[in-house]
Amino acid sequence: MTFQGWFLILGFTAIVVALAKPIGLWLFALYEGRRTPVHILFAPVERGFYRLAGIDPAQEQGWRRYAVHMLLFNAVLMAFTYAVLRLQAVLPGNPQRLAAVGEHLSFNTAISFTTNTNWQSYGGEGTMSNLSQMLGLTIHNFLSAATGIALAFALFRGFARREAATVGNFWADVTRITLYLLLPLCAVLTIAYIACGVPQTLAGVVDVQTLEGARQSLLLGPVASQEAIKMLGTNGGGFFNANSAHPFENPSALTNLIQMLSIFAIGAGLTWTFGKAVGNTRQGWAILSAMMVLFLAGVTVAYGAEAGGNPVLHELGVAGGNMEGKEVRFGIAASALFSVVTTAASCGAVNAMHDSFTALGGLVPLFNMQLGEIVIGGVGAGIYGFLLFAILAVFVAGLMVGRTPEYVGKKIEAREVKLAVLAIAVLPLMILGLTALSSVLQQGLAGPLNKGPHGFSEILYAFTSAVANNGSAFAGLTASTPYYDGLLGVAMWVGRFFIIVPMLAIAGSLAAKKYTPEGAGSFPTTGALWVGLLIGIILILGGLTFLPSLALGPIADHLAMIRGQLF
Amino acid sequence: MGKDITSALRPAIVMALLFAALLGLGYPLAMTGIGQMLFPAQANGSLVRDDAGRVIGSTVVGQAFVSDRYFDTRPSAAGKGYDGLASSGSNLGPAARPLADRVTADVARYRAAGVAGALPADLVTTSGSGLDPDLSPAAALAQAPRVARVRGLPLGRVTALVERQTRASLLGDPHVNVLALNRALDAMAR
Repeated sequence: MTFQGWFLILGFTAIVVALAKPIGLWLFALYEGRRTPVHILFAPVERGFYRLAGIDPAQEQGWRRYAVHMLLFNAVLMAFTYAVLRLQAVLPGNPQRLAAVGEHLSFNTAISFTTNTNWQSYGGEGTMSNLSQMLGLTIHNFLSAATGIALAFALFRGFARREAATVGNFWADVTRITLYLLLPLCAVLTIAYIACGVPQTLAGVVDVQTLEGARQSLLLGPVASQEAIKMLGTNGGGFFNANSAHPFENPSALTNLIQMLSIFAIGAGLTWTFGKAVGNTRQGWAILSAMMVLFLAGVTVAYGAEAGGNPVLHELGVAGGNMEGKEVRFGIAASALFSVVTTAASCGAVNAMHDSFTALGGLVPLFNMQLGEIVIGGVGAGIYGFLLFAILAVFVAGLMVGRTPEYVGKKIEAREVKLAVLAIAVLPLMILGLTALSSVLQQGLAGPLNKGPHGFSEILYAFTSAVANNGSAFAGLTASTPYYDGLLGVAMWVGRFFIIVPMLAIAGSLAAKKYTPEGAGSFPTTGALWVGLLIGIILILGGLTFLPSLALGPIADHLAMIRGQLF
Repeated sequence: MGKDITSALRPAIVMALLFAALLGLGYPLAMTGIGQMLFPAQANGSLVRDDAGRVIGSTVVGQAFVSDRYFDTRPSAAGKGYDGLASSGSNLGPAARPLADRVTADVARYRAAGVAGALPADLVTTSGSGLDPDLSPAAALAQAPRVARVRGLPLGRVTALVERQTRASLLGDPHVNVLALNRALDAMAR
């Protein structure tokens, strides 16, 4: 570990905390439906969209109607992308003349991008045409992110409203978030990326005769515009197979920092928005504090493990930290930090190959996802996931002192706790169930590249990433088979919408409740005691469930690595 | 519930199509136009041309070097090495035998070329993309004696060149762009 490394990590953390309020304020304006400075540009577009689609943005929706409209919109978008991929060969914008994307791969990819997972069963180059990248994939990067933020808004309204029957209007939320937050920010980010060396062209392959006279083909395309929303919307699906490790996606240490900040910006802002929405910004800061404690703990372990290096290679006469799968321009600290950021949030972009991390360095991203990606988390999904844990934490605190628990002015009763447990139980059930299945079936065992415990880690990582809607991979796993494409597709769908629906039900149930002012007997949900309790509940509920599986994978791998046992 | 679904049908389909046009066509095409106007070199891949105007590479993407006259780039898992259409890492785990075997072979190659002492990690490991354009200064300096010997240059001039080409950053690690370094080497010999 170096001074420069810690300077980067702590500097990054400070910028994220500093961004929380300004971005939170912007989000709060959208939450309330107020005007922003960019309304001048896009307000006519917003009105036009509503008119053509027959939408009245002022018409409030109850949680059921909000859920149905959200689900149907996502289903239509998924079908649209499936069609674009299957018709790739006959559509324009295909300079490489690529064939249509196969059936199971299109199925998997359409779900993957709809659910904000962006798991890539395909290698970007050689599979997706420019038009498929733009029209098939980029649209989801915006709309799955906007859907996530809209859902968080609905839950915020559940906490904030009193004796109300509605939680907002889905169309108004999605449209405003897309037009007044994501699109303008992405335009700025795209131009910054291009200036730093990320291509943005409709051309395809450039032939190069290298300095030694050999042939090399370089693939260009509309990379920067996709890169901007890929990070800001915590999507993570790269233009290229190597994702943000590819020099065209992430050409310098500066673009790397911008990418990491983009991943956390909106998620951090939403914690502030939540506090503001419930009338006490300290509630938001308490949540952000708990997140940052978990985040820095993860970075410390990952950075320490990667800087320590691989004893197997040290034995062979190689010095220094673990550079397998890492790029020199980033180095160890910026790669370890990126891996924690991308899995703490539900981004899934990678600037280094997690499969080649040391065993403990690779355990941190895996564990982050198993916690449910609530450390900042995916845009929207992070905060609503976190609030599910907060509901359980006040419930546990209530049990300890023998009072009906309450949180930000709302009584938490049996219905909310049951729904929260239902949502949170999806993670272990799906991840462990499908991993176990794939560890015994022939089709499952055909996947891993690595042998021994690391091969098991590859399977565990895949299902964890899919259910948690992350999208990063231990990429040695060959996942573009009917078995994995199908099962991972189902895992992504369940991991997204089987959490969202109970969460929206909680929003509806809370909105209908009376306001309960904080009394002398209320458990305070702003101080250090609360932050500690939250972290404890997250680690026990989220983490302990997965400990046995981690022992079989990364921990066994670590023990082998330090003994020099090879597989 | 049934009424909810019928009421959602028109907005869901129309909004999907409108957003697809705006975000899938309007946004990337507008960005392409602006990018091509403001930063044409970067938007088209930061290509490097030789004196005759032929494209010999990109400043941001790595390429393979096999000759002893040039500094090697890192081992690559992209296709057969530095394949611009097949970016990839090795994805080998820390205790994978194929990893240990590959590193053993590369270490032996550098030992045969006269490199003593512990080898810098990046010199014998594959990058995440397989297209890493850079080396750490230590990995370049380890090759400097060989390059100087083959080219008949004084070692001091070659190491000084490596130091001149090293780029430091607070946000990432110090690095040397290998294509730039090797071109500077050619320019020096003339």
